[in-house]
Amino acid sequence: MRGIVSAAGYVPYRRLARAQIAAFLGSGGGQGERAVASHDEDTTTMGTEAARLALRSAPGAVPDALWFATASPAYLDKTNATAIHAALRLPGEVPAFDFGGALRSATGALSAALGGGGCLLVVSADQRDGLPTSSDESAGGDAGAALLVGDNGPGGPVLAEHLGSGWATDEFTDRWRQPGDQRSRVWEERFGETRYLPLGREAWARALKSTGLGAGDVDRVAVTGMHPRAVKALTAKLGLAEGALADDLSATVGQAGCAHPLLVLASVLEDEARGQAEGELGPGRTVALVHLADGADVTVLGTTPALAGWRPARRVTDQVAAGAELPYGRYLSWRGMLTLEPPRRPEPQRVSSSAAWRSGEWKFGFVGSRDRSSGAVHLPPARVAMTGGAFDEMEPLALAGNLGTVVTFTVDRMAYSPSPPIVFAVVDFDAGGRFPVELTDVDADAVAIGDRVEMTFRRLFTADGIHDYFWKARPVRGAGDPASIGRGS
Amino acid sequence: MGSHGIRDQVAIVGMGCTNFGELWDKGLDDLIVDAAKETFGSAGVTKDDVDAYWIGTAQSGMSGITLARPLQLQGKPVTRVENYCTTGSEALRAAAYAVASGAYDMAMAVGAEKVKDSGFQGLNANNPPGDGTARTLTAAAMFSMVAPAYCAKYGVDDEQMTDVLATISAKNHYNGARNPRAQFRREVSKATICASPRVAGRLGVFDCAGVADGAAAAIVVRAADAHRYTDKPIYIKALSFAAGSGSGLIDPGYDYTHFPECEMAARDAYAQAGITDPRHQLAFAEVHDCFTPTELVLMEDLGFAERGTAWKEVLAGAFALDGELPVNPDGGLKSFGHPVGASGLRMFFECWLQLRGEATPERQLHSDRTVALTHNLGGYPGEMVSFVSVVGSEPG
Repeated sequence: MRGIVSAAGYVPYRRLARAQIAAFLGSGGGQGERAVASHDEDTTTMGTEAARLALRSAPGAVPDALWFATASPAYLDKTNATAIHAALRLPGEVPAFDFGGALRSATGALSAALGGGGCLLVVSADQRDGLPTSSDESAGGDAGAALLVGDNGPGGPVLAEHLGSGWATDEFTDRWRQPGDQRSRVWEERFGETRYLPLGREAWARALKSTGLGAGDVDRVAVTGMHPRAVKALTAKLGLAEGALADDLSATVGQAGCAHPLLVLASVLEDEARGQAEGELGPGRTVALVHLADGADVTVLGTTPALAGWRPARRVTDQVAAGAELPYGRYLSWRGMLTLEPPRRPEPQRVSSSAAWRSGEWKFGFVGSRDRSSGAVHLPPARVAMTGGAFDEMEPLALAGNLGTVVTFTVDRMAYSPSPPIVFAVVDFDAGGRFPVELTDVDADAVAIGDRVEMTFRRLFTADGIHDYFWKARPVRGAGDPASIGRGS
Repeated sequence: MGSHGIRDQVAIVGMGCTNFGELWDKGLDDLIVDAAKETFGSAGVTKDDVDAYWIGTAQSGMSGITLARPLQLQGKPVTRVENYCTTGSEALRAAAYAVASGAYDMAMAVGAEKVKDSGFQGLNANNPPGDGTARTLTAAAMFSMVAPAYCAKYGVDDEQMTDVLATISAKNHYNGARNPRAQFRREVSKATICASPRVAGRLGVFDCAGVADGAAAAIVVRAADAHRYTDKPIYIKALSFAAGSGSGLIDPGYDYTHFPECEMAARDAYAQAGITDPRHQLAFAEVHDCFTPTELVLMEDLGFAERGTAWKEVLAGAFALDGELPVNPDGGLKSFGHPVGASGLRMFFECWLQLRGEATPERQLHSDRTVALTHNLGGYPGEMVSFVSVVGSEPG
């Protein structure tokens, strides 16, 4: 049996209320909210956060490969998946590949994973931009998602078995973006709709045929795509049973492009798991994912009894509920649409490539050291103990998955930051050790001594085109099981 | 093994100090030449009489050439030293030890910093290439964490702490207003101080040292030779230095209410100088008031007040110009300004003036005590270097 072994979505903390756009500019916007990546997040960090969550809820799983798909890559030429690989502390023999830059790349990776062998970690993230007042700006969203695809085995039971797939492919130009452009362009909506509708129906029919199911037999269906009109029209033509349509999160997260189908699938599986655990839903239900992007991709899965025992590390629903509003002006500045006066302090120097490589375990993995003789924890890792003075008696101590407590904190209004002020805290970890670290996803006036924090992988700044990835701390929010320390998380 | 010091073996026989401030019309070389010229004149010697030189600058220049070129020193041993904000003290320490060792008859320490050419606010470090994981916080933010920690530990409420810090700032401005070389020569009311814009945490602009250009210098000789150059030499009683290991940043036991490096340096300096009761033996103290909470905590680290009581002593005026132990009679970093490499020597300059009775009358202290202390630190709470000296007008 092959299928989904674990799944997770990552929804960044900040939300833009769409009504703010018209209030600010007189037009644009709409109803509901969209998720906004923090100024210190990009697709690589959001993908990392999703992958950490997916691995945390599949503690026994060791991926044989990491695949990362995004339409908004932090780098071209350089593989982005390797930073995720490093943050997850995957062994060097596990390959990490980027999957293209199209809105179809993540479903493509998922298809390849379901059709392939081994335990494959399929990660996707996207950050959707548009010019102010555009529908892309308001309808888009930022998010990450990760699916662990594998067979029943030591890595964990299959939660949702792959029952069948169907595809339809066509070359037509509905939505496009040149490398380096921040905005996408779209053709007249009606044209795309007339293409997507038959393509979606063809793929749907092929998928159903491959499973031997009828349209009304599918218990839960998610339809995604960056062409809302086509999505709506297709949904009406699929012949779905009453109540089968899943929330596509467009009202709360927005369409997170390439990553969106995986995010919605993770959310659907979480709902199924909760339904099973609470006895409302049985196993053996059929779940389908339909994604429209330069054709149509349909994946049909069947839930297994194992789903009842699966504990998602942090549900998409809970992350959606835990968000906090971001003023539109700040949103524009984070997206580079509005340039604010920076503090009159020097900008950071570019990171040294060789220094970053040498300290990879620390920088990407947040692994310190603990002195065997004294137990003293060193962050960053050291060779000589601060207590007892032993030389080279250190063992690595991974703390990325550990929680900490704010001992004291300050707000730095003068230091350089892409989004001042810097909120900075001295954090004591539950497993031992102290690290003074920047806080993120917080408002300066809401921090208090004693706050509980968790580590999150972020992009601190970019200089000379080199992104500086490292860890920050953020308040523990929402439900889930943040205290468990999964491998690599 | 042991730290023995060089009590009364070496004396300062000449000093100079430029005005500190935003000296747009003066480059580093001008500052160095001005301070050195005054110092040579003060000791009545020429540059050729000096056998060895140390130039302290944190980041205005590299190597001894930074001093040798502007002074046109020919073939002299000239060494640049750097030790964060204790750089100037470190230059004097090197010069004094060189003379005490017998290696040289006369040595000179110059401290200089041209800060205001960066175009940025505050002080800025030029860091070596790194892995991008180092803190980018300002010093103000690091030191701002001291005040709330102190409040929590000793039950001082916010309002009281605000008053304490404003008292320190107002006192240093009061003193600086009486010092013609100071950057800020204006008294500032506590109300103005409290209303100033926040920089980091609860610290406002008036809680922070003045950012200034400047230079200061001293010439030292063996104590036995001192009277050849001046009737009123200043004797070095103690030079003490402690570098922390940086473990305070990562040690869960550190509570941000004291600076162990300063306590260690003070203990060593008092042992060298034979000081047993600093509060009642010192005529005054020049301390590193980079931020107001720093001066508060230093009153305890240096043994001027019991733990947890310095805030009350501050409010009672114990460290005011007319208090029992005046602290920073020259205005301190707050008001005199803080050209990093020069600050340590500037502290000695105030000792030079006060102990010789040459300070401006408005701030000249009249004490029967003959020893004074300078304290200079660099770095941050948890990761600090600290220097303490004791000097006096009488040998033995």
